[in-house]
Amino acid sequence: MAKLILRELLKDYGTGKPAVSDLSLEVREGGFLALLGPSGCGKTTVLRMIAGFEAPSGGSILLGERLLAGASGIVPPERRNMAMVFQSYALWPHMSVADNVGYPLKVRGFSGERYREKVYEALAAVRLEPYADRRPADLSGGQRQRVALARCLVTDPDVVLLDEPLANLDRHLRQEMEETFREFHARSGATMVYVTHDQSEAMALATDVAVMSEGRLLQVASPAEIYARPEGRPVGSLIGQGAILSLPYDPGAPRALDWPAMKAAFAALQTDQHPRADILVRPQDVHIDTDGLAVTVESVTFEGERYALRLRLADGQMLRSHSCAPVRPQERLNVVIRSSWRL
Amino acid sequence: MPVLLVKANSQPRWLFPFVTAVAFTFCAVPLLRLLQAGLASIVKGDAARIVLDPGVWTAAYNSLSTSFLGMIVSVLIGSFFALALTLADIRGKWLLSFLFMLPTMIPPQVTALSWVGMSGPSSPLLKALGLAPPLGSPQPLYSTAGIALLFGVQHAPLVYLTLRAGLLALPRDGIEAARLSGASSMRVLTDIILPLSLPGLIAGAAIAFVSGIGNFGIPAILGIPASIYTLPTLIYSRLASFGSGTFGEIAILSGMIAVIAVGGISIQERALRGRDYRVIGLSGGAATFRLGVLRPFVEAALWLLLFIMLIAPFLALLAASLVPAYGVGLSFKSASFSAYEEILFRQTVTRTAFSNSLFLATTTSLGLLVIGVLTAYALTRGMNRFAALLSVMIEIPYALPGIVISVAFVLVFAAPMPVIGVTIYGTIWIILAAYFSSFLAVGLKPIISAFRQLDPALEESARLSGAGFYRRLADIIVPLIAPAAGASVILVFLISCNELTVSALLWSVGTQTLGVAIYNLDDSGSYDLAAALSVLVVAMVATLMLLLEFMAIRLPRGVVPWRN
Repeated sequence: MAKLILRELLKDYGTGKPAVSDLSLEVREGGFLALLGPSGCGKTTVLRMIAGFEAPSGGSILLGERLLAGASGIVPPERRNMAMVFQSYALWPHMSVADNVGYPLKVRGFSGERYREKVYEALAAVRLEPYADRRPADLSGGQRQRVALARCLVTDPDVVLLDEPLANLDRHLRQEMEETFREFHARSGATMVYVTHDQSEAMALATDVAVMSEGRLLQVASPAEIYARPEGRPVGSLIGQGAILSLPYDPGAPRALDWPAMKAAFAALQTDQHPRADILVRPQDVHIDTDGLAVTVESVTFEGERYALRLRLADGQMLRSHSCAPVRPQERLNVVIRSSWRL
Repeated sequence: MPVLLVKANSQPRWLFPFVTAVAFTFCAVPLLRLLQAGLASIVKGDAARIVLDPGVWTAAYNSLSTSFLGMIVSVLIGSFFALALTLADIRGKWLLSFLFMLPTMIPPQVTALSWVGMSGPSSPLLKALGLAPPLGSPQPLYSTAGIALLFGVQHAPLVYLTLRAGLLALPRDGIEAARLSGASSMRVLTDIILPLSLPGLIAGAAIAFVSGIGNFGIPAILGIPASIYTLPTLIYSRLASFGSGTFGEIAILSGMIAVIAVGGISIQERALRGRDYRVIGLSGGAATFRLGVLRPFVEAALWLLLFIMLIAPFLALLAASLVPAYGVGLSFKSASFSAYEEILFRQTVTRTAFSNSLFLATTTSLGLLVIGVLTAYALTRGMNRFAALLSVMIEIPYALPGIVISVAFVLVFAAPMPVIGVTIYGTIWIILAAYFSSFLAVGLKPIISAFRQLDPALEESARLSGAGFYRRLADIIVPLIAPAAGASVILVFLISCNELTVSALLWSVGTQTLGVAIYNLDDSGSYDLAAALSVLVVAMVATLMLLLEFMAIRLPRGVVPWRN
């Protein structure tokens, strides 16, 4: 096992705009990288290039010392020792669960007792032993997902790729499967690349999060880091449910703003002494306080444990906030912003 | 560490070139040769002679008029059945539609023979019933009207199919909305359903017309005895007389057929363009109209039509096959199986025909299965920019009437093949090659639709599991497309086993097919033997169609041509 390295990766389908451009990324050995981005941002294309289904138009992919794709050609997927969980699970409907799981072993020439042992081990890891002889069609969505995982587990692959594996599951099942994935990662020690458009999924699972937008890599960092210190507007709008304000702010000043700094920025709105900057304000940092800024309640949504508010500032910009007590739409409030982050 | 680098492609390097070469050999070469021969004879000045030949113009006129009248008959019968079976609460729909579709797969010469047996002075059926016209009175079907009528009967299912496809795609909520707006059933039919299904009707009519233009079996049986020639039968008789300049002449004649056919097909394409209403609303066959008191009458009309079109002719055929000797009346006492004994055990000609047709049908269906799987793979998986060209190349020979294909093959193989110097003209191999060309599209269609339904991830996960191309083909792809592949084999077998148009031009002594044998038996006056052979053919067709019918639930939509 080794580090997975993507170097200046480019994929151009000839549509005028490359699907992926100039993407460089390293996934450390045994790391769990989430590729996060809105749909159509090129994250699945990156995954398919790592798997070998697509040939990069430029750049290279290496697994440690081994060149998987480069100018001279590519190693076909069947010789990469990778495994993948597809969004549709891609279980073969004409084979039993055990045959599905065992197929990579069969192709590698395993047979007899060793074959059965390994298949059983993989099925046990996802707690599906009683289902070994069933057909995939007889299983529930979560069970099919686990069969696909067992199939990945069975050959000790160098890299495991997951293409939005939870997209087709209901919310309850997702949480259960997230647990299974984490367990799977810890057990196998494989390098994992996980594509998703769901930031909470990425945060919950990955050791590293890479945010993509329009074919470009915007930021790579640990989940905590990317949450606390997002780089630029696209990342800020993708991570956490913050509102982005456009306020005059000194580009040289510290990026973390407290309430006095925020107040100063709002005051500067009248004078416009600095160029405007994007300031990320998360809802949990907005508190109702009589000393604060005047806002009008735009809408109120009851979420069970609290109310989610959309607030309109005097200049028309919008904020998000939470409230424990019910609030009426059009009600006038004052809020303070305890902390915020310049993107 | 050594690295093994290849170009990114899921298919082996040879696959696309191989598929292209096959399609080029079987589909493009013969047609290019036909084009070249036609142009050459125009340049040489043969064209003028053909233009001045009144026989050619009579044949062209006959072809156009019989096809046009036939088309009208097809549209009347086909749309009645389509509307009744799709929209109304008729009982016994399955049986009605299955029986109505049977004629599509019954060879036209058998249809013609059975109708001959049902009418005219020597009809065994009419004789047995005591209804036969006096001896010496003319056989009414030996006329352009007779040819047109049988075109209408033979091709009515084609109109039925296209119209029914259109009706099934009708937006159901649109119909429901019209009803809620207060429209009566009749208003819904005239205001909503008929306008929306008109393109389907036009397309069906165009297909029926083109099929009439290319039909050989019916005018061969009904026209040639009365010296009424259509373009296909004219080609046949000119090739049989084999004068000087024959090749140039038949090239031009089949060019005329091809031009008419292409014209009809383009009308059909235009009518069907952008006509998939399913995207707009829910569709489904649930727009059932209650016929109320009319229902028994409509049902009686449907069954009566079926009786006249299918059941009575078949009974006539059966009766003719059971008479002890031609011209003798049939009764329970005189019925005998001597005709069957004759064709199955005594006549070497029919036994050769059986073995030839079985050989041809088996080889064609299995050969096209292999070619079809490879071609479908190349067409659906490869991102090759020539893929569109390739599929057009495969479609053309199927769209053209069979007679055009066989003329093209005559032209290609009349001379010894270049380089190897072998001639296959007059052998069974030329028929086999022509079948490969004509039926490649038929065999390919079910396999392609199965491939399109296949989630590409199923193959991709096999690739990541380490399986190479052949391994994936054997372990994953072939098992998953097996039902469609089975349907493809049965369909091609069915069509090639009964085919007459292609083999009529390409056969010679010892290579006659079942279709040719039936035609020759009738031509030489052994109507009872021809009838017996036809009965066996109909039985085989019905059996194979039933088999496909039962497979249909496991097949992708559109694989079984008479279901949608």
